[in-house]
Amino acid sequence: MLGRCGATTLDDLYADVPDALRLKEPYRLPAPMSEPELERYFADIASQNRRLLCFAGAGFYNHYTPAAIPSLMARSEFLTAYTPYQPEISQGTLQYIFEYQSMMAELTGLDISNASMYDGATATAEAMLMAVNSVRKKRRILVASTVAPAVQQVLATYAAGPGITIEVIPEDGGVTDRTAFEAMLGAGDVAGVIVSQPNYYGIVEDYDGWADTCHSSKALLIMNCHASTLGALRSPGEWGADIACGEAQSLGMPLNYGGPYLGYLCCRENLIRKMPGRIVGATTDAEGRRSFVLTLQAREQHIRRQKATSNICSNQGIMTLHAAFYLALMGAEGLRKVNTLSYNAAHALADALCDTGMMRLKYPDKPFFNEFAIETIEPLSADALLAACLKKGILAGVRLSDSSILVAATEMNSPADIALCAETVKSLKS
Amino acid sequence: MEKIYYRSSHEYIKADGTTGYVGISEYAAKQLGVVTYVDMPEADDEFGAGEEFGAIESRKAASDLFAPVDCTVLEVNEDLESNPKLINENPLEAWIMKVEISDPSQLDDLMDQEAYDAFCASEQH
Amino acid sequence: MNKALYSNLVFDLSRKGCTGYSLPHYDYGKAAGELPENLRRQTPPSLPEIDEPSAVRHYTNSSNNNFGVDTGFYPLGSCTMKYNPKINEAAVAMAGIAPLHPLQPVETVQGALRVYRTLEKALSEIGGMAEFTLNPFAGAHGEYTGLMVIRRYHMARGDEARRRVIVPDSAHGTNPASAAMAGFDIVEVKSMPDGTVDIADLDSKLDETIAAVMMTNPNTVGMFEKGIPEIAEMVHKAGALLYYDGANLNPMLGIARPGDMGFDVMHINLHKTFSTPHGGGGPGAGPVGVRAGLEEYLPNPRVSELPDGTLAIDFGADAFGRVGAWLGNFTVYIKAFAYILSLGSENLMRVGPLATLNANYIMHSLSDLYEQPIAGPCKHEFVFDGLRDKSTGVTTLHVAKALLDYGFHAPTIYFPLLFHESLMIEPTETESRPTLDAFIATMRKIALEASAEPDTVKNAPYTTPISHPDEDEAALNPVVTYRQLCAKQI
Repeated sequence: MLGRCGATTLDDLYADVPDALRLKEPYRLPAPMSEPELERYFADIASQNRRLLCFAGAGFYNHYTPAAIPSLMARSEFLTAYTPYQPEISQGTLQYIFEYQSMMAELTGLDISNASMYDGATATAEAMLMAVNSVRKKRRILVASTVAPAVQQVLATYAAGPGITIEVIPEDGGVTDRTAFEAMLGAGDVAGVIVSQPNYYGIVEDYDGWADTCHSSKALLIMNCHASTLGALRSPGEWGADIACGEAQSLGMPLNYGGPYLGYLCCRENLIRKMPGRIVGATTDAEGRRSFVLTLQAREQHIRRQKATSNICSNQGIMTLHAAFYLALMGAEGLRKVNTLSYNAAHALADALCDTGMMRLKYPDKPFFNEFAIETIEPLSADALLAACLKKGILAGVRLSDSSILVAATEMNSPADIALCAETVKSLKS
Repeated sequence: MEKIYYRSSHEYIKADGTTGYVGISEYAAKQLGVVTYVDMPEADDEFGAGEEFGAIESRKAASDLFAPVDCTVLEVNEDLESNPKLINENPLEAWIMKVEISDPSQLDDLMDQEAYDAFCASEQH
Repeated sequence: MNKALYSNLVFDLSRKGCTGYSLPHYDYGKAAGELPENLRRQTPPSLPEIDEPSAVRHYTNSSNNNFGVDTGFYPLGSCTMKYNPKINEAAVAMAGIAPLHPLQPVETVQGALRVYRTLEKALSEIGGMAEFTLNPFAGAHGEYTGLMVIRRYHMARGDEARRRVIVPDSAHGTNPASAAMAGFDIVEVKSMPDGTVDIADLDSKLDETIAAVMMTNPNTVGMFEKGIPEIAEMVHKAGALLYYDGANLNPMLGIARPGDMGFDVMHINLHKTFSTPHGGGGPGAGPVGVRAGLEEYLPNPRVSELPDGTLAIDFGADAFGRVGAWLGNFTVYIKAFAYILSLGSENLMRVGPLATLNANYIMHSLSDLYEQPIAGPCKHEFVFDGLRDKSTGVTTLHVAKALLDYGFHAPTIYFPLLFHESLMIEPTETESRPTLDAFIATMRKIALEASAEPDTVKNAPYTTPISHPDEDEAALNPVVTYRQLCAKQI
């Protein structure tokens, strides 16, 4: 082979690399490991990770992964495929993305979905950029303080480059202060308003009239929602929102210590050309066969470069297959059941924890879905509670403050799990 | 009397006194392929000569559009919203915006038909 | 394969009353009160009703319409479609991270954090950098992250004037798009005929308004940027930082490190250089490395090592911000890490040379029939400017589509924009000689057919599930959901 290349050694092919830059020694990395050795290595890694009984949420939820999904995701025709730029040999990928888009549009009650963003937080940031690009000459974004802190931080990061001004709408009693919102909107120059549903505390807020108020000031309403809860809660489309975005991990994606998850982004039809990311469209081929292709590519970076709707190239790819397959298996009925079980589990847990006499709901008068903020009553502290539960292998929730935690429950938590958690808290009564 | 002028970025302006119709040339339309979308300005928008006033897309390409002269938008061609392919059918008739020309002397900085045709021929390399 | 029955959309296979789920019937005790009416969903979502076997058949048959690296060769330039070792997948299964919640106490996730930290250090060794963040979800995301580090760096120096970034005209579209998202204006620098950066042009454009220069090395036509030590010096002298787009890192493994070349910030595409599967478009990962002095600007959250050797999560005050809800696409790190451990130092050292050998072998085997615009040995990839014989009107697009009938994916076409009929080929080091020879033979056949019977080539492909889809119509009148498709009756 070297002969054909007109070279004698492999080094000849690098003759143009200055000697001063060449590596003088091999990488200071271990010697190669055989497969059995690798399996031992990772088994050792696993021994340093601890599976806990999960009552934590805060944007990532422990829902069941149907057994059929992993085997499908492992099919190498899907897993090792490239981006479907050559539609003739990528109809598999393109078709499941089209199904995913259809299902997310249904779930959010909006017209259009793209083929995914990275995660819920970055999807929300891109929704913010969409609003600024769609509403001419306006550069203010209002964000409810009840949007998850991680999402708010990502929004602030993405706002910095384009010089977008973010203002936080204060909360009052665990929900967004509507009066403050209207005053801030009235000050003008607002391109979009971002709210969460449920909010960070798990509370289902009443956004009645918000869309109309936004629209009368020519601002867009953006709702950040956990995908699974859309099966039971009033959809962004039903609230009159223009853009829906958020995390689709709750569609049975394993927690996997943070990823890969799936950011979804949906919008009304009139915003389709401002939508970032890939979009799959249906068409026909030369023989009239139904065909799927990447469409509206002129929005994207490989054509539009610095004027593109986003820099996004690779997205979460095969995770959209997970989402589509999950929603297909669940159907509306299964999704409703997941939500009912999760809702009931969380409410049973809230009751059981309050019944110990050592905790009380932080916002008792607000309706919550499958997550709630709960306070510890002195002398019990949040840290003491979390530590005690951890000893029993329970992740009781996420710390909110010295004396409060955020607790979630799903269909993965049995009545016995809930009893165990409550018992553990009760045992701290001494 | 209407006369057509071209910008080096392939926009044309058909000017008659202080009124002009701005679109893209036949050469540009051919390069672009089937036009799928035109991002148009709004009435009353003002642009300086050389300022970006919109964009035009095909399946595989996108180009910004630059104003040939200082102008104010009087009207945009609503037909292009539902049927952007009109530009491929007859680019010189399927204008994008109708404008009021602030300074007609700027037209002299543009190319006439002959000069533009020669320009396009040389661009083919 | 039963395409006729199962290849329709999953909605077409929907039958009322069918279910595919399995959920427990837990009774949690007294019924929880319902949510107020106006907070509840009014109209149920229209989702399929399908049983598990039918759904499985649908997606299985659908996968038969797909081509992956496990199916055949992808000569895609700039994509580094190397084989995805299955031990990577096994490592994910073994590592025990599936049940780990991101916000679990750090003492319960030391194994996961150990993977993160060790991979970060391995990438630092390979890249010649001081520290990496693994957090960015993809290459473009890494570019954005790297540019935001640079932006923060200048702000910390009190230098507000640096609002522009220089990008080669041959650069991948994500470069200027990422710079724009980071709030920079773009300045293009010209390329020489051989695709390398025009140093004189660069010199004329460097001034105190430039925050960074983005480059890749080798460049997008597979040529090593010989001017690199000089370029780095120029850029630094002008007060700017030099950014390395890691898409073309593969030929540098075992040869040189971007950090040693003078790059200050870089990203790596784990789904390219480090063999993690492309998944039809993701998930990938775009870790970002920085030279010493820039570490504090890396995004939150960060993984740090305590004096006693345990690992912790930090939120640094000087970080430019946050680019995701947690630490990124974790299973992708495990796969890349397994790859590095599997190859070990000695085999990682051979990746570059073997990738370069394969690319040169193909180039020399086809340059009599395809136009080779740039002389000299290439690195991991090279560009042809279409066929030598263009007289019959056969274009790069035709060649690409013709390849599909032979069980090869097409090369990258019409990128970079430097040549009108760009055909960019990158075989990677994981392709055997028989595969390369088969590809060469096919490309030769197509080239000869293009001259002798051009229509055969122009009307390809013939054997793929679909052929010549109407992409113009798809863009003119987008149909992007099942609801729209039914309305249009496609």
